[in-house]
Amino acid sequence: MKINDVILRTVVKGVVFIILTLGVYLFFSGHNAPGGGFIGGLVLGSGIVLLYITYDLETIQSKMPFDFKKVAALGVLLATGSAIGSLYFNAPFLTQTDGYFNIPILGEKHLSTVTIFEAGVALTVIGTLVTIILSISEDE
Amino acid sequence: MESLMIILVGILVSVGTYLILSRQMIRIILGTAILSHAVHLLILTVGGLKKGGVPLLSQSDGPYTDALPQALILTAIVISFATTAFLLVLAYRTYKTNGSADFHELRGMSDE
Amino acid sequence: MTVDIAIILIPFIMAAFIPIFYRQLSKRLIGWFVLVIPVSLFLLLTTYIPRVSSGQTLSNTYEWIPSFNINFTTYIDGLSLIFSLLITGVGSLVILYSIFYLSKKESLHHFYCYLLLFMGAMLGVVFSDHLMVLYAFWELTSVSSFLLIAFWHHRKASRAGARKSMTITVSGGVAMLVGFLMLYVMSGTFSIREIIANIDRISDHTLFVPALILVLLGAFTKSAQFPFHIWLPDAMEAPTPVSAYLHSATMVKAGIYLVARFTPVFGGEIVWFWAVTGVGLITLFWGSFNAVKQVDLKALLAFSTVSQLGLIMSLLGLGSVAIHLGYSSETVIYTQAAFAAIFHLVNHSTFKGALFMMVGIVDHEIGTRDIRRLGGLIRILPLTFTVALIGSFSMAGLPPFNGFLSKEMFFTATLKITELDIFSLDSMGVLIPVVAWVASIFTFVYCLIIVGQTFFGKISPDILEKNPHEAPIGMLISPFILIGFVVGIFFFPNLLGHYILQPAMASIYPTFPSTEEMTPHISAWHGLNTELYMTIGVVLIGVTLYFLLKRWKPIYRIFPQKLSFNVLYERVIGFGENFSERATKRYMTGSLTHYFIYIYMAFVIIAAGVFFMTDSFEWNTKNNAAVESFELILVFVMIFAAIAILFSNSRITTVLLNGVLGFSVAFFFVVFRAPDLALTQLVVESVTTALFLLCFKYLPDLKPEKSTKRVKFTNGVISLLVGATVSVIGLAVMNYDKFESISTYFEDAYNLAGGKNIVNTILGDFRAFDTMLEVVVLFIAGLGVYALIKLKAKKGDADIEN
Repeated sequence: MKINDVILRTVVKGVVFIILTLGVYLFFSGHNAPGGGFIGGLVLGSGIVLLYITYDLETIQSKMPFDFKKVAALGVLLATGSAIGSLYFNAPFLTQTDGYFNIPILGEKHLSTVTIFEAGVALTVIGTLVTIILSISEDE
Repeated sequence: MESLMIILVGILVSVGTYLILSRQMIRIILGTAILSHAVHLLILTVGGLKKGGVPLLSQSDGPYTDALPQALILTAIVISFATTAFLLVLAYRTYKTNGSADFHELRGMSDE
Repeated sequence: MTVDIAIILIPFIMAAFIPIFYRQLSKRLIGWFVLVIPVSLFLLLTTYIPRVSSGQTLSNTYEWIPSFNINFTTYIDGLSLIFSLLITGVGSLVILYSIFYLSKKESLHHFYCYLLLFMGAMLGVVFSDHLMVLYAFWELTSVSSFLLIAFWHHRKASRAGARKSMTITVSGGVAMLVGFLMLYVMSGTFSIREIIANIDRISDHTLFVPALILVLLGAFTKSAQFPFHIWLPDAMEAPTPVSAYLHSATMVKAGIYLVARFTPVFGGEIVWFWAVTGVGLITLFWGSFNAVKQVDLKALLAFSTVSQLGLIMSLLGLGSVAIHLGYSSETVIYTQAAFAAIFHLVNHSTFKGALFMMVGIVDHEIGTRDIRRLGGLIRILPLTFTVALIGSFSMAGLPPFNGFLSKEMFFTATLKITELDIFSLDSMGVLIPVVAWVASIFTFVYCLIIVGQTFFGKISPDILEKNPHEAPIGMLISPFILIGFVVGIFFFPNLLGHYILQPAMASIYPTFPSTEEMTPHISAWHGLNTELYMTIGVVLIGVTLYFLLKRWKPIYRIFPQKLSFNVLYERVIGFGENFSERATKRYMTGSLTHYFIYIYMAFVIIAAGVFFMTDSFEWNTKNNAAVESFELILVFVMIFAAIAILFSNSRITTVLLNGVLGFSVAFFFVVFRAPDLALTQLVVESVTTALFLLCFKYLPDLKPEKSTKRVKFTNGVISLLVGATVSVIGLAVMNYDKFESISTYFEDAYNLAGGKNIVNTILGDFRAFDTMLEVVVLFIAGLGVYALIKLKAKKGDADIEN
């Protein structure tokens, strides 16, 4: 089934760009403002799903050659891995730390290991969301 | 406001329970979805409503609304999404395999 | 790690290794490989003899679960050393015997694995000082016994016998556990030694006698005492090496061990005296009486074991008098009964082990154990006949075998006790030697049956046809070693008495000053006294009864079959099974709806019931926030949408109404100062709605509910009750102010976690464990969806369930 709706595709191109940007923004602003791994992941995931709905599977898969199950697995690995990582610094499981670092060009930035954990959460959410929707829609 | 919310929660729970007690899978799944709405509202309500500002330190100097229930609910929302998705797929696989989405009929078939 | 603990652990470790490595060993080698363990443990334990016989006790503590005060304390004294030597010694001989007895086709790795498991558990029982650890090992012996009895699990009788022994011994074990807990309540400690040390403090406690009875129940079930003896004959379905090991030499003696171990605790009580002595004597008589009528050699030996265990038990009961009387130079004579008990315990293990192995050889070579078909085997199995003769005559109490010595001591003890005038012994006491004497006559008769009907008389022709021959030398080594002991102990009893039995007396009578005094000089000849006349009487009457067996055997028909304990046991078990099946079928209907109703009703009854009973419902609106008009509208929208869902028969409508609910919830989140939640809820609700619509492609449309009005009404009432209960709980929680809120802690998020969004710091930092596991759940759900869709059963597999 090929629907030739140029308008939809054009709009989606723009919208998805905005959604993805919003998702990335929400993800990074999470620690100080509303947002974070869950929300960022959900927004990014729905953006990707929107792409799949608008274009067909093959097109997207050639552009974005990810296996989203693996994305989710990577997310779980990051989340648990960052938790275990603290053990190497003689801190209890899941201890997070943060600090200010002076990075050239960007200036002084506040960085936190929570970001790694949050990235894991976000990747899991994206991976799971897309996996669920894709496997349902692929079923015949 | 809190009392009103709790009565609303009670109504939602009743509706959800009634749906869960019905025979068709779609209704049951909807029942669980409604139950989770009700529970989210309940957790939020018993934490106290509008007792302070948004729990963002950058926005105000307090007092803040209780943040702990919010964190719990955030977790619950995502989990209930996952379970709803799983239940839906389970339901339609059952339907495809057994040709029925009605619990009574499914029971009858297994006796044959 | 000390040597003592290693002794217990080594069998377990090996038991774990055998299933892993048995493939590397050939079937012939595996037994030899296993044999190394008991032999080396036995040798190791013999090195303890000098230390223990000089009065030393060894204890080692390894903290196992320190927070619950459960320590792995090994305690080696005279009593446990005797048992451990028996366990490893007889264990070695039995394993040696089994190498030749068991066919190479059997699953030998299972057999040896279970056997080692049992050995470790049994060593654990006798070496543990901690009651809970002892209990754990105790039950483990029941479990390994179960596995070994059911070794030939394709046979129905094996399974039934295994289940019976398990049911009875484990029930007794549970009773014992309760008794142990009572002891703990009374004394405040789980250590047997500490309980013995503080015995004065606890002996007046109201729980003392109940604890005594419960502990005895454990001992009686394990040691197959009347009326719990019924499991032992059925346990004879096990391979013969197992019967020789577990069901005559070791496991059934665990009950004896327990009674001996607890004699210092409970020994002063009249209940203890009569329970142990009385049950022991009844068992002694009943076992020997029933042994005579058996036609299966193994069943005969089983009843004889029951009877001999009763003998040892009653001796321990008689010996407990000394504890009651307290120490003095006159009372020390009564400790001889306990001495005779341990002495006979060792003797019984030697001759009964040999007899079981003898029966195993007969079964193995001739192919039957039925004495009606056997006879005249003396010509075919001369060496086996020697074993049978010596074993049986020792059991019958004839010289020059060790059974004679302990039996004489038994008679002495029963006679001695009649001289006392406590525990109403002056009236009832005379029964004790009479019962003992009558039981000894029956014992003598069945011993003659074993020898006479198996080895003398005519050989039946069908046995001759098979051309049987004497057993291989490997099967004869073990029984010959055992009968070597039978004869050896007769000639040098004091060697055993001094080095091994004497230290055990210190364990049974810890308050008595000298063990020297309690160790009699055992001699075969002590003049023409009552005991000797009793023995002569036993022999004369026994021989007469044996030759007139056919005349008086009909008396066994007097006892109706319907009234036996076996029938009673079957009835109880059968009734239990039927009843629970019917009860289960009544409520396990297979309908999910019904199960939901049970859950909801339980919830309503328990939760609402608590509120009703404690009258804690409270509705107070004074702390409530103000209601804005748009919030009111939102509430009504939600109520309308929710109720509309109930009446909608179009699935699109219902899902959209659910969406309305979801988005309203998101709106509430905004109103209630929860921006993170609002964002998440918005996205999730959109995705969920999309998901529903996507799945509708594959699902049938909604049909109106076909339920009857009555069902609908009931469901409606239940739903209303559940909703009302939730509301009641919510309102009560709102007004509950006994505890301070903990949330202020999180408001310090910036200093504690470096974030300004409190909700997010809770998720990522304070309670990151929740989040981490939640991510895992999410991932599992995703995989579940994927697996459900992608991994379909192949066409052929579709009806596996049918």
